[in-house]
Amino acid sequence: MKPIKTVQSATFVLTETNIDTDQIIPARFLTTTERSGLGQHAFADWRFASDGSEISDAPLNSAAAKSSRILVAGNNFGCGSSREHAPWALLDFGFEVVISSEIADIFRSNSLKNGLLPVVVDTATHADLLANPGIDLTVDLEARHIRFTDGRTVDFPIDNFARYCLMEGIDQLGFLLQQDEAITRYEADRR
Amino acid sequence: MTAKTLYEKIWEQHLVTPETADTPAVLYVDLHLIHEVTTPQAFTLLGERGLSVRRPDLTLATMDHSTPTTPVRKLADIDIVGPAAAAQIRAMQANCEKFGIELHDFGSPYRGIVHVIGPELGATQPGKTIVCGDSHTSTHGAFGALAFGIGASEVSHVLATQCLLQRKAKTMSVTVDGSLPQGVTAKDIILAVIGEIGVAGGTGHVIEYRGSTITALSMEQRMTVCNMSIEGGARAGLIAPDDTTLEYVAGRPMAPTGTDWDEAVTRWRALPSDADAAFDREVHIDASQLKPKVTFGTNPGMVVDVDAAVPQGDGDEAFDKALDYMGLESGRPIAGTPIDVVFVGSCTNSRLSDLESAAAVLRDQRVADGVRMLVVPGSEQVKADAEAAGLHNVFRAAGAEWREPGCSMCLGMNGDTVPRGKLAVSTSNRNFEGRQGVGARTVLASPETAAASAIAGCIADPRPLLAGA
Repeated sequence: MKPIKTVQSATFVLTETNIDTDQIIPARFLTTTERSGLGQHAFADWRFASDGSEISDAPLNSAAAKSSRILVAGNNFGCGSSREHAPWALLDFGFEVVISSEIADIFRSNSLKNGLLPVVVDTATHADLLANPGIDLTVDLEARHIRFTDGRTVDFPIDNFARYCLMEGIDQLGFLLQQDEAITRYEADRR
Repeated sequence: MTAKTLYEKIWEQHLVTPETADTPAVLYVDLHLIHEVTTPQAFTLLGERGLSVRRPDLTLATMDHSTPTTPVRKLADIDIVGPAAAAQIRAMQANCEKFGIELHDFGSPYRGIVHVIGPELGATQPGKTIVCGDSHTSTHGAFGALAFGIGASEVSHVLATQCLLQRKAKTMSVTVDGSLPQGVTAKDIILAVIGEIGVAGGTGHVIEYRGSTITALSMEQRMTVCNMSIEGGARAGLIAPDDTTLEYVAGRPMAPTGTDWDEAVTRWRALPSDADAAFDREVHIDASQLKPKVTFGTNPGMVVDVDAAVPQGDGDEAFDKALDYMGLESGRPIAGTPIDVVFVGSCTNSRLSDLESAAAVLRDQRVADGVRMLVVPGSEQVKADAEAAGLHNVFRAAGAEWREPGCSMCLGMNGDTVPRGKLAVSTSNRNFEGRQGVGARTVLASPETAAASAIAGCIADPRPLLAGA
């Protein structure tokens, strides 16, 4: 996993609320046994017509979408299914940060395991970001804030442990494996 | 001693290491349910790290998501689902064999939807922590277990360590009191709850359902309620174990027996939330005022009474987009909307009592011309029980298809899909755009409402039919 400290990019905005993981990656693409290569199917039904051709005026097919690293989306992003294919698809598509006013629990947890940074901001900041697509933004994980080009910053909450893992580029399994002794003790006590 | 909720008691009993400001809690998992779709990457990761499965004895596997609902008599038959799904199914078989995990494969009398077979086998028990790479794991909360969905990375964590890193959730009580009017079901209760709190209302929370209406529900009805907790944003939804719970669990293949049973019952009796336990948020629903519900939009919070009109959107762009997708108009009665497909099945409503409810409506009736009705039992056990009761004959006589167990048309991974632009009344849990097939339109409803709609050929109130029964 690539360490994240700051991500700087023009934002790409999807104003839709309640974007569920079936939109991010439809179920018919879940038959894969791989983690890679899902970006081509990200938002498939928003980007491709029924005959498989690219919908030329779909915002997600624009150069702006393809070059952006920061996705700003409507409230309650990532709701629905627990499929980790959703963050895999978004990362493979090119996004490294998702900003919303609310992000669904399982999606947020899955994102943190894969180096996709979920950022929840207050509703006023969120409205501002939604209304101004393409602005240049810096997401500073170390400082726990997003920074506008005029220097204005807005803090976001992030779990200390998740932040540490993201900044070091390490996955959380290593920490769990170190708990082996405590786990063995717990199992013995419960017997 | 501080008063504790059911959730807090289970949480504390499973702490291997408590949480600190800098590290999450290490939470022990009693039961890990796995299926073919969200495990291949997790097993690959184990392989990459040279790790094994810590507790295959606490891991239970089945095939449900991408499996065909036409008969599979030999392994080669799975190729009908396509090469990718067949490869996934074969990977599951190989991984379970390699790591010594019990798999309810084709041919097992217990194969079925993972959230149907866990309770059926008696693997789902009060006070347990239960996880699965599937968001509807919340179903098992009906037994007073802490059960929630996880992603593939967490599946690998549990396989390797039998533990998860977790932060404690906030708590929400949803109290439902009063007697349910005729024709109003557990499905209508949970649709009402989601309509009330919204699809993000439970984010960050674990819900506990309580009150006289909940206590009066059967286990299968409680599972329907807890199943859709995630549609309200809550990863888990619980109901305190009681006599109904114990009666259901007793005697099942994996339930404790003898003195183990007695000890377990003593532990389970201590689980319910203390009388003065506090919740972070409290919601109240009056069951006596409920009517059968259907969804009209593209998320499960867009709910309306079946005898009401499609609501107005107040200029909300997402609302208008949803109505446009569904082909519905504000102000028009939702009942009477023509339908193309009816699906009775899924981890929400595919158990024996669900099929009995649908069959009671369909008996001596016909599915309307031009409507395809698919009835998919939740498991081999449900299928066998339903056939023993002759329900398959009721469905077939009415013109419905009686299929093999699986997730089927709920998510359309196995080829059971709703065609583009067609409208399905479905007893499943998600009405997202494209959920049941590209461009498919979904109306969520109870088995009774689904069956009544199948007969009428349009969205229909089941109460007149039930009154005449």
